[in-house]
Amino acid sequence: MILHELIDIEILRVIWWALLGVLLIGFALTDGFDMGVGVLIPFVGKTDVERRIAINTIGPVWEGNQVWFILGGGAIFAAWPPLYAVSFSGFYLAMFVVLSALIVRPVAFKYRSKREDPVWRNTWDWALFVGGAVPALIFGVAVGNVLQGVPFHLTDSLMPMYDGTFYGKFLGLLNPFALLAGVVSLSMLIMHGAAWLSLKAEDPIKARARSIGTVSGIVAFAAYALAGLWLAFGIDGYAFAGNVITDGPSNPLFSDVIKGDSWLTAYATRPWIVVAPIMGFAGIGLAVLGLRAGREVSTLLFSKMGITGIISSVGLTMFPFILPSSKDPHSSLTVWDSSSSQQTLFVMLICALIFMPLILAYTAWVYKVLWGKVTEADVTENSHSVY
Amino acid sequence: MELDIVELSRLQFAMTAMYHFLFVPLTLGLSILVAIMETVYVMTNRPIWRQMTKFWGTLFGINFVLGVATGITMEFQFGMNWSYYSHYVGDIFGAPLAIEGLMAFFLEATFVGLFFFGWDKLSKVGHLVVAWLVAIGSNFSALWILIANGWMQNPVGAEFNPLSMRMEMTSFFDVVFNEVAQAKFVHTVSAGYVTASVFVLGVSAWYLLKNRHVELARRSITVAAAFGLMSAFSVVILGDESGYSTTHSQKMKLAAIEAMWHTEPAPAAFTLVGFPDDEARETHYAVHLPYAMGLIGTRSLTEEVPGIAELVENAEARIKTGILAYDALMDIQALRGAPVPPELRARFEEHSADLGFAFLLKRYVDDPRDATDTQIAIAANDTVPKVWPLFWAFRLMVGLGFGFIATMAYFFYMASFRGMQFPRPALRLAVIMIPAPWIAAELGWFVAEFGRQPWTVDGVLPTALSVSHLSVTELLITLAGFVTFYTVLFVIEMGLMLKYIRKGPYMDVDETDVWTKRHVARLGQANATPAE
Repeated sequence: MILHELIDIEILRVIWWALLGVLLIGFALTDGFDMGVGVLIPFVGKTDVERRIAINTIGPVWEGNQVWFILGGGAIFAAWPPLYAVSFSGFYLAMFVVLSALIVRPVAFKYRSKREDPVWRNTWDWALFVGGAVPALIFGVAVGNVLQGVPFHLTDSLMPMYDGTFYGKFLGLLNPFALLAGVVSLSMLIMHGAAWLSLKAEDPIKARARSIGTVSGIVAFAAYALAGLWLAFGIDGYAFAGNVITDGPSNPLFSDVIKGDSWLTAYATRPWIVVAPIMGFAGIGLAVLGLRAGREVSTLLFSKMGITGIISSVGLTMFPFILPSSKDPHSSLTVWDSSSSQQTLFVMLICALIFMPLILAYTAWVYKVLWGKVTEADVTENSHSVY
Repeated sequence: MELDIVELSRLQFAMTAMYHFLFVPLTLGLSILVAIMETVYVMTNRPIWRQMTKFWGTLFGINFVLGVATGITMEFQFGMNWSYYSHYVGDIFGAPLAIEGLMAFFLEATFVGLFFFGWDKLSKVGHLVVAWLVAIGSNFSALWILIANGWMQNPVGAEFNPLSMRMEMTSFFDVVFNEVAQAKFVHTVSAGYVTASVFVLGVSAWYLLKNRHVELARRSITVAAAFGLMSAFSVVILGDESGYSTTHSQKMKLAAIEAMWHTEPAPAAFTLVGFPDDEARETHYAVHLPYAMGLIGTRSLTEEVPGIAELVENAEARIKTGILAYDALMDIQALRGAPVPPELRARFEEHSADLGFAFLLKRYVDDPRDATDTQIAIAANDTVPKVWPLFWAFRLMVGLGFGFIATMAYFFYMASFRGMQFPRPALRLAVIMIPAPWIAAELGWFVAEFGRQPWTVDGVLPTALSVSHLSVTELLITLAGFVTFYTVLFVIEMGLMLKYIRKGPYMDVDETDVWTKRHVARLGQANATPAE
């Protein structure tokens, strides 16, 4: 098949770098509010009926939303195999913790309402809390570590190796900057969940969600600003040392990478990317105002805008780096040397072009069918069919 | 056996995959059975069929969620425990996994919520469409996963790129229409349909024995027996197709399953039963069926099916040429990205098909070029998987397969021509049979995956080389975690399943009438005030 040579490999690489961003943002925007609601459940619902209302606002949609995460994993595997190989084995125990949380979550949703016993239900409520809070925190921590570089190197046969002791490898992830990034992601998703609840639920759940959401929005705003300052003054970025070959074979060892100036120098070379952090700050700020004013639809939209801005700011700032190595910068994974082959990227692009619009269309239709508040009557009259 | 990274990673993969597959087959089949029941409801408008849809739908939901939850582990485990594998074949193997998400999993997961929550919000036909979309999504999921797995068994449409040190896709078409993948797909989904049919049949039989929910149970048996009979035939016939394609792609696996220690003159005999002895390389007390192996394996009377001894000799020769490819590869690697002279590339490509065989030596020597003849002979012997477990697992699976055909044929006959008067012993048998399809499915996967050893990708990448750079501690933590976690979830799942089966359908026909009135009223309202 010669068809795949229609698009240059460097263009395909940039497209797939952008699609990776789209998938991560899609995950944060959809499953993000599920996780946020999960964290909020024990606090916005004082009675079983209130908690059931909160759960049922996301009950019909969390399953579809979670596919963004699964698809993200599959797309990284298909389009960025070295990234898939290095990051998941490098963040091994952290990944295990995330998986555990994400395994508990579906089960908690489905099984909570199957017994009346309050102990049973309360246990699953806290499982939903963990299933929301832990992944939200760890994803941020992971991004915080990626920005600092991860201690791995590649052998000549491109086998990823990790340095340091076992405890160093796991606990080393929990450094101050990474934890700050974790706070950004956790607080922004709690705010997002609160925005969702204020749209889908009525008082008193709505009122409680609004006040918690306002606080976490302010925390997210401040933590994001602090992380930006930290990046500007306290953390080294990475840079190519020599000529950059953008259409070469995907072998990270062929390019020369060194520790460089701050990541934020990217804003001098590509000033337009400042759009992303502006979107981040503005979105979070407006969502906080919206939560306080009790606006429903626009708050959710602003919250989405803020999350989109924050996630894209990380990707745009680091471009073309995807996963720098702190131990051996030479092994760093970049857009130009860690992708799949031209054939695979092309085939996958065609599939994405066919199926992404379909997915967006039927997802939108499902949300339309489910439009409207979840009320007390909805959960009490339909005990058999809802959670 | 010493616990090393490879063994622990294999154990973890086997455990999580087999556990995942406790839920998958029921999802595959029950989604379709439920959709069939709902179709009958929409066509006949009889509330009993709606009640059936909801009842089996509830059991489907309890099972589905664990399939999803344990599937998450599968999607990420390759990167976590098998990172060299992920790097080495991600260019090919990752694509079907991603397409599975795009095309299938999104579909089923998005609509499964609406299936449970949408009864009041959709028209009858609208809800029926949703039920079918869930079923189609689940089954497409299986298609792409089996294309991925089929490629591990028969790696077509790809070649090694010495610059990026990995396999790269040369033909997406070949990967998708891989004959092994296609045969495996139909075989696997049929097995899922049999599983669901046996499940519905068994649970309904239990109701009949208890004289409860008789109407629901009889109708369910009718649907399950018809669907199950068709699927049981399909699973055996397509299993045979699978065997035929294995003859071309994985001769060693076939020889091991049949305990064919030596090539026999065509058409070879099929060993019905016997006691394979891995040490002596012979089968004691074998009962042979003349000609059958040759016919099944080659569909001819003249083609030979190669035996294990000859395949080991063949492997030894390929290891030796693999070393030549490895030597050329090292020269290419030394260039560090500088242009490769054409004669060096030609030297590599001449033998590159056997490169994977050279990697078999890595267990014994760092540089395959330094291997002694003894080491080469040992590595060649490693290509023989353990025979007796494969031999027996395969026979047990096939025996169960024929058992399903007989059971389904019997119940189909009784339901269609004997006025649904099932004798009690037959009903008891149906209840006892419930676990059988799960056993058959797990045995099938065991034969497929254990029979591929010592390779993760047949002839391309040895299992011993595929793992991540992890510590034993890390693996023990995750293994213990998964075991604990999965055990707890399994106990909860079984408890809920039994609870809901004992409880039976929650809605009787009167209640259904009330529901229908309310439903009509609600839809009327919705039409009067369209959604915002």
